[in-house]
Amino acid sequence: MYRETEIIKDATAIDADGDLVINVGPQHPATHGVLHLVITLNGETIKKVEPHLGYIHRSIEKMCESLTYRQFIYVTSRMDYLSAHINNHACALCVEKGLQVEIPPRAQVIRVLMDELTRLASHELWWGAMAMDLGAFTPFFHAFRERETINDIMEETCGARLTMNYMVPGGVMADIHPNFQKRVKEFIQLYKSKINEYDELVTGNIIFQNRMKGVGYLSPKDAISYGCTGPTARGSGVSCDIRKLYPYEVYSKVAFDEILETGCDSFARYMVRIKEMQQSIRIIEQLIDNIPEGDFQAKTKAVLKLPKGEFYSRVETARGEFGVYIISEGGMTPYRIKFRSPGFSNLSALDHMARGSKIGDLIAMMGTLDLVIPDIDR
Amino acid sequence: MITEELKIKINELLPSVTYEEGGEWPTLNIESKDWLRFADSLRNDDQLFFNYLFCVTCVDWKTLLTMVYHLTSTKHRHTIVVKSKLDRNNPEIETVSHIWRTADFHEREAYEMFGVKFLNHSDLRLLILPDGWEGKNPMRKDFEDPVNMIRL
Repeated sequence: MYRETEIIKDATAIDADGDLVINVGPQHPATHGVLHLVITLNGETIKKVEPHLGYIHRSIEKMCESLTYRQFIYVTSRMDYLSAHINNHACALCVEKGLQVEIPPRAQVIRVLMDELTRLASHELWWGAMAMDLGAFTPFFHAFRERETINDIMEETCGARLTMNYMVPGGVMADIHPNFQKRVKEFIQLYKSKINEYDELVTGNIIFQNRMKGVGYLSPKDAISYGCTGPTARGSGVSCDIRKLYPYEVYSKVAFDEILETGCDSFARYMVRIKEMQQSIRIIEQLIDNIPEGDFQAKTKAVLKLPKGEFYSRVETARGEFGVYIISEGGMTPYRIKFRSPGFSNLSALDHMARGSKIGDLIAMMGTLDLVIPDIDR
Repeated sequence: MITEELKIKINELLPSVTYEEGGEWPTLNIESKDWLRFADSLRNDDQLFFNYLFCVTCVDWKTLLTMVYHLTSTKHRHTIVVKSKLDRNNPEIETVSHIWRTADFHEREAYEMFGVKFLNHSDLRLLILPDGWEGKNPMRKDFEDPVNMIRL
């Protein structure tokens, strides 16, 4: 496969117009995975960015066609591995839509708590990695200090740190660990005592601001046209938070703000994520002492069969709108399943954003898109 | 716009449209030759204003292929699903990548995975599959890979 790709073979990488074509990736520290970009440069100015995908394509959609409705959820943790809970959640919601199961209130609250912890963990990693892309290594360790605490909480309740597979059709797989509430509260204390460090280290830094402001402009109209969602679109002032627009579970009952920035540049997208972390803390604080008693899972049949028809569910992951589209023929397995991944659409806007900027800024732009490659390739 | 008004408006635009029962949103069936003109009016009509194409899919029904487009308006907050049946041996449909830019990548994916040819697409090349891929389209129902396990 490596030989087949368009890695430039001949020495004349400069074409007739004097443009230089270079490859970034598939193995490059700033692409955070196996993303391959073919960039056409004129001097230092970018003329074209062309993503080549598929280095981690596993055809998850096709795999799911031969898995039952209980089994296929486990595969989806491997797509957006930083939002594993939320991916599982979307799939569980879609199956529940077909089965028309009512989920117990306890399970609903646990699900939202887990989603928000996942969002926090994902944004923490993004923040550390993004600063590292720009040459600051220290923030990475600061971010991981908090992220590891969340992973420890997850490990205790779900048994895994990355691919949790905790959400099942009808609720969650097991009840929360007795220590869960105590440890989440400890985490909130830790987070609040450290949040100022984030701004001191990175946000207020003049070098950082100069590299982010006015870079990677994406107008609101283009953001919608390219199908951008999540913090990428909200940095351009497009209201697209699924938790607000089409609330699921208990999101309609908790108070939180949809963060909108109007800068349309890399710094706006950065600020959206930073502020979103505080909103996640706000949601967790409201729910952590109010987990209702009762079942953590609704009673469902051992073998699930969805009626003939089509079901679509959408949730807000850390990267944007994640959709699950199931076409059922009435059997034990889906006839066709489609995952609408946020990263795939966000990446398609990169070429438009990057044209005319300098190559050094490309890394900053990619950082603010928060790309997770398995989520794009599926 | 509520569903009934939406249906009346759409019928004015394209009288040959048929509706599918069930589903969360109004589901339309159109003929592939009408798609380009219809898509243009869906996007540019002020009352409809479907400016956000959030999902593009192809489904292999073994005898035919179906293209499925999920559309939302960020202004009016209504959603529709547009479907178009294609001939399985020679699937062709007009591209909409100039109307919704996100269709560019999604159409390239449908092209390589299902073999749907998007007419007038400016850059219809392989996106996920390796260059020089020969043989059948992987997401079709009759595709079997002798080396890699796809069916579990």
